[in-house]
Amino acid sequence: MMPGEAKRVAIVGAGPAGVRAAERLVKAGLAPIVIDEGFSAGGQIYRRPPGGEVKDYSASYGADASRARAIHQAFARIGERIDYRPQTLAWNIRENRLWIARDGNAEAIAFDALLLATGALDRSIPVPGWDLPGCYTMGGSQIALKAHGCAIGERVAFVGTGPLLYLVAWQYSKAGATVVSVLDTAPRGSQLRAIPGLLARPDFLMRGARFRADLARQRIPVHTGATPLRIEGADDVERLVWEDASGREHVETIDAVALGFHLRSETQLADLAGVAFSFDDTLSQWVPQRDASGRTGVRGIYMAGDGARVLGADAAEAGGRLAACAILADLGRAVDVQEVERLQASMTKFERFRDALATAFPWPAALAAGVADDAQICRCENITAGQLREVASLKGAPELNRAKALSRVGMGRCQGRYCGPAAAEILAACQGKSLDAVGRMRGQAPVKPLSGALKMKDADA
Amino acid sequence: MAQVPVTGRFHRLRPTTGKRIEIDIDGETVTASSEDTVLVAVLSARRIVRRSEFGGGGRAGMCLMGACQDCWMWTADGRRLRACTTRIAPGMSLRTDPPGDHLWPGRS
Repeated sequence: MMPGEAKRVAIVGAGPAGVRAAERLVKAGLAPIVIDEGFSAGGQIYRRPPGGEVKDYSASYGADASRARAIHQAFARIGERIDYRPQTLAWNIRENRLWIARDGNAEAIAFDALLLATGALDRSIPVPGWDLPGCYTMGGSQIALKAHGCAIGERVAFVGTGPLLYLVAWQYSKAGATVVSVLDTAPRGSQLRAIPGLLARPDFLMRGARFRADLARQRIPVHTGATPLRIEGADDVERLVWEDASGREHVETIDAVALGFHLRSETQLADLAGVAFSFDDTLSQWVPQRDASGRTGVRGIYMAGDGARVLGADAAEAGGRLAACAILADLGRAVDVQEVERLQASMTKFERFRDALATAFPWPAALAAGVADDAQICRCENITAGQLREVASLKGAPELNRAKALSRVGMGRCQGRYCGPAAAEILAACQGKSLDAVGRMRGQAPVKPLSGALKMKDADA
Repeated sequence: MAQVPVTGRFHRLRPTTGKRIEIDIDGETVTASSEDTVLVAVLSARRIVRRSEFGGGGRAGMCLMGACQDCWMWTADGRRLRACTTRIAPGMSLRTDPPGDHLWPGRS
């Protein structure tokens, strides 16, 4: 590339979307800067141990071994051509500058284009007792196994809904952990109804069927239409109390719970960048607005992967490539129209499958809205659902940010990441409003806690 | 790696690829793998990484990916670190309670 022509492209995230976007930009002669909170590229889905070396791909990633290896290798190939910043937090976006920090050193990166490939996190619903040690997110339970070869306990219950519930339970049983039970809040009927839509990806449908068959063969109880009631224990997870579809109560003796109800996009940076959000009725959540290639309404800001819309790792690879093509086109580079059309067509399939998953494993809104008054909704600061309801009814908080200011739910260190979805349901139910009418929690910089002693490097022009 | 101590929360199902190292948790020496995060190293030998400053309950992390902020620990010299995103190192000296007068910011 000619001097003076160099455009600065920054990518936040080095999961499947970030890696494929970086690779596509390098192919066009650009040298993007890649900001990654992880120790090494791969994201959470293809996460590696801290040293970055995977000895046995099959043991670590199972059916996804070849995809994990492909992503790791793709990133290794472009390593010399990009500016890779591992273990670095992107914590603010202002005036076409991305603020990053590593080991207490902050820096502002000027960019012409910024791709947010920030991935997803568990969409959680508080279950009374979830603040006891030994209760982990579904994603966290998988990371323990995948990156570290550890089970979160000796007797684990898997609770929630969504494809990850079955995948992680299956991975645990295959690795030799004791899976006490798999409790799915989704009714059986909804899963059968979704089968035609799930045929958009027959390979994934078959995989799900295989997980179920293997769990059944291991005589691991799988219950659909289940309702988790509470996690009990003196100072640790000891029991799980739940109700089956016919209303009968059961008690399991356990020492760990994996809890998760699908994933949701990590969108706080997009929010700080000024990206518009719209309410998605199928997913019952706010999603960032972008076009079919990942362009947002804010000039120079692009989104891809699960951080834009949770469609899974394969879709994230396509989305990352698409966003890179959009960036290249907007920077005045020639882009092959057929490549873009092909990638966009593949996204349609992923979208169809995602809609079918929402039918198969519906978000249990009533469970979230009905969290018991004495249950902690905010694990950061031990604030109960009752306290939030008091604010909603007595103080009349009309929307989520006001309720947050009054109750402190969402003001703790996780910044609403784990209490937010249920807080919105509780507030909406309290006030007899629809979920979209109570708004959404706004992102705040820094999007994650920074070290108190932060040294600033001069912003480069 | 040695056998998993019965006091640990995490249960190793695969042999680790790391080297065996020693660390200090609350003044006691335990072994860990050089490929562990601080969270994995501590929970392979202990049941919690800290106590909640709002109520005192034990905490052992939740998301393992730097999002929930549940696993912040202290070092013996009073620094704070997020256990799930920090790599373990030989000789690390970790504390489940704040050493000395160190308090969590924002709590007086």
